[in-house]
Amino acid sequence: MGAFTRHRRSQRVIANFTGFEADLLRSLASQLVELLRNESAVPREDQDPFEAMMDFSGPTSEPEDPVLARLFPTAYPGDEEAASEFRRFTEGALRDGKAAAACTVIDTLEEAGLPEQLSEDGLMIDVELDEPTAETWLRSFTDVRLALASRLGVEEDDDDYWLSLPDDDPRAQAHDIYAWVGYLQETLVDALSR
Amino acid sequence: MSAASPVEVEPDTDKDLAHDEMTVLATPWVTIVWNDPVNLMSYVTYVFQKHFGYDKLKAEKLMMEVHEDGRSVVSTGSREEMERDVQAMHEYGLWATLQKSE
Repeated sequence: MGAFTRHRRSQRVIANFTGFEADLLRSLASQLVELLRNESAVPREDQDPFEAMMDFSGPTSEPEDPVLARLFPTAYPGDEEAASEFRRFTEGALRDGKAAAACTVIDTLEEAGLPEQLSEDGLMIDVELDEPTAETWLRSFTDVRLALASRLGVEEDDDDYWLSLPDDDPRAQAHDIYAWVGYLQETLVDALSR
Repeated sequence: MSAASPVEVEPDTDKDLAHDEMTVLATPWVTIVWNDPVNLMSYVTYVFQKHFGYDKLKAEKLMMEVHEDGRSVVSTGSREEMERDVQAMHEYGLWATLQKSE
């Protein structure tokens, strides 16, 4: 359950989730959207529309939040000026793209029948993705995993550490979710490569 | 940075030279992808195939370089081209930077 496969005849990428799993994916995607829209790259709503259009300035310094710093890395490590310029011209579009991708995940799940409030037991959500949508999910899973990993402090080859935590440790539970999204992503890459 | 178009070059004699100069001027930048503990090896390979159009063998070789050496030069070209590649890598969630070719 929850693994992606390629449907041979329709070529669509399909998966079925329990209501709980679908709700969890939606919640992760929603948190990502909120985080991405939180900081200064978002156009101010009180701004005159014309002024807003003429305001080309994007952020020029690395985000303070470690998750955002990982999602929008410094492109020129040895050149602060070039790095600021690059950030100014790219970070807004990157933020919008990542937020839109997360919204696609949410919309797909809700169109597949995930209710606003999960109440029904035994609900199953079947998703069927065409290739561009599957690609969007793939990218958004990366963003979700990068966000979780930054919060958790995931490092190379640290599986033993996470396994050694007691089951009721909230960090262990969060790491289980991180590993689960990784598993989903692995099956999604595999389905897309077929 | 863009190379001047060779409008004044005599077609026969100087063509090769002009082409070489343009190549030198236009390709001194590289895109580097760095290792991170999060991205799946299969995903990184997939991204290299998808974005750069590399075959599976080349994409896997570059992915293994990232994984084992901590970094790999994944494309070479003009500064503008490398900026586009870096932006695309960031869209995919890969940690990429650009610099002048060493």
